[in-house]
Amino acid sequence: MSLHFVDYLVLVLYFGFVLGIGWFLRKHVRTSSEFLTSAHSLPLWITSLAFLAANMGALEMIGMCGSGAKYGMLTSHFYWVGAIPAMLFVGVFMMPFYYGSKARSVPEYLKLRFDEKTRGFNAITFAVMTIFSSGISMYALGILLQAIFGWSFTFSVLMSAGIVLAYTYLGGLSSAIYNEVLQFFLIVAGFAPLAILSVQKAGGWQGIEARLSPQMTQAWRHLANPADNPMGVEVFGLIMGLGFVLSFGYWCTNYLVIQRAMAARTMTDARNTPIVGAFPKMLIPFVVIVPGVAAAALSQLGAGYSIPLKNGGPDYDKVLFSLMEQFYPSGMLGVGLTALVASFMSGMAGNVTAFNTVWTYDIYQSYIRKNAPDSHYLWMGRMATIFGTAMSIGAAYLATQFNNMMDFLQLIFGFVNAPLFATFLLGMFWKRATGNGAFSGLVAGTAAAALTYSLTLAEGKGGWLGVLHEFPSSMAQNFWVAINAWTVCFFVTIVVSLFGKPRPEEELVGLVYGVTKHEAEPAVWYKRPAVLALVAAILCLGLNLIFY
Amino acid sequence: MLDLRKPAGYFFVLLGLILTATGLAFDFRAPLLDRNLNLEFGIFSLVFGGIFLWLARRA
Repeated sequence: MSLHFVDYLVLVLYFGFVLGIGWFLRKHVRTSSEFLTSAHSLPLWITSLAFLAANMGALEMIGMCGSGAKYGMLTSHFYWVGAIPAMLFVGVFMMPFYYGSKARSVPEYLKLRFDEKTRGFNAITFAVMTIFSSGISMYALGILLQAIFGWSFTFSVLMSAGIVLAYTYLGGLSSAIYNEVLQFFLIVAGFAPLAILSVQKAGGWQGIEARLSPQMTQAWRHLANPADNPMGVEVFGLIMGLGFVLSFGYWCTNYLVIQRAMAARTMTDARNTPIVGAFPKMLIPFVVIVPGVAAAALSQLGAGYSIPLKNGGPDYDKVLFSLMEQFYPSGMLGVGLTALVASFMSGMAGNVTAFNTVWTYDIYQSYIRKNAPDSHYLWMGRMATIFGTAMSIGAAYLATQFNNMMDFLQLIFGFVNAPLFATFLLGMFWKRATGNGAFSGLVAGTAAAALTYSLTLAEGKGGWLGVLHEFPSSMAQNFWVAINAWTVCFFVTIVVSLFGKPRPEEELVGLVYGVTKHEAEPAVWYKRPAVLALVAAILCLGLNLIFY
Repeated sequence: MLDLRKPAGYFFVLLGLILTATGLAFDFRAPLLDRNLNLEFGIFSLVFGGIFLWLARRA
């Protein structure tokens, strides 16, 4: 793939704007709160689009398009079963406690609700995870840009990371969020034409349905048995594992996304952030998954397109690029490439800004230097932005040396993440839950995740301690690891809490449902979180039915 | 605070100008493409950016 001058011009234009936004916003950063949490100053439309964009990293975009080609419309479950219900839930039920507790971060909420050790466990694992996540994503982007455009790995990594560092260092979270909104529009603008063109070329949706098996175009009808669908999952594992544990665990407890909602001006705006974001989110499958499905159909059509190959098998990670190569001329190719770089940057900026806040408030201020003047924490926030980025780059280079180690780390992080939603659910909705209960639940849940993985096998993965069960796919194994971890965490937290002494109710005001007074709802119905969530839920249900 | 509609508007207007000019000046094609995508997307981007700038001005 060769690039023309105009492609570079588009890329340079984009770089100029993201840096310019950081430069303009630098004047608004005077306190650590303005730098790290935007001091509750941003309007709803901005926080809700940033809420989406922080999750739209390059790996997700490439992966979802590839999954579309591999699994078809089953991939839409990551949105219509996974993300949307969880986003609506966090907005309606959980945000009142995140925002109302006055916690500055998710780990800080755990400190207020439970105790120091629960916060420490969450803060440290989260900080390490964000560094490695952005490192792994940077590594993957470097490898892809190197393979497709001939840019060197070092140039790709340093250029992208350097620009993200510049604008987050200058303008803090506000700059990251503003840029995420610009990146969101660019990602949609860069990928949507591909969806339109590829579907048209494949003869419209009817043409796609005629060329592919029903398992590829129907999302629900083949889930009774794992052997009936290409993903190898069944309906219970999908709904409980993906729809409940994994998605709620990510969207409801991950500070990377919650931080965007907590930057909103008012409680109602914070609650509406994920709910308003759910409306565009449910349309994203049409932009990223449908082109993959169309690619699978086009490869059957004999119109000159075939799925890229690697070692004789299909290379699904290259589907997005191969479509761009076939459909985008110079100029538009620059837009597509820039959209990909933008998606990488939005994901990385999300990680960096979540890391610097958790580092500064939950680790540095809590364990290393308490009671310093605010200007010191502002300085530390900026320093954390620099060394967070530097460590991400280090992690990317580490990944070039020890590829298996990165897979292993991602696996470990999965174990840590899986039980978290049970801790938050009990913390927010059961006033009897105690700090010891939460901590032992998290440790037991993490151990249960590791044990499930060690005793089961899927596609050659797992089974370290023996094989009690074999899953038809890694996806099914992941879902069941999460289900077991969540269940063990849930019950261990309850049992240990029942043996302990609960905190007095007056200490739990603002933190737990039942002892917290409800905020007044907005007068107009269309601004009420519950009403908006209901409309979004009906639309999402409709999409599931259309592709049933 | 900066009104984001302004930089977003300027960005898409400039992007639209670049692609519209490219679409008018050259007939770049891709293997499976049978239309002037640069021109079409350029005009779309101009309109999209223009709407942002109009909204910002109205506010």
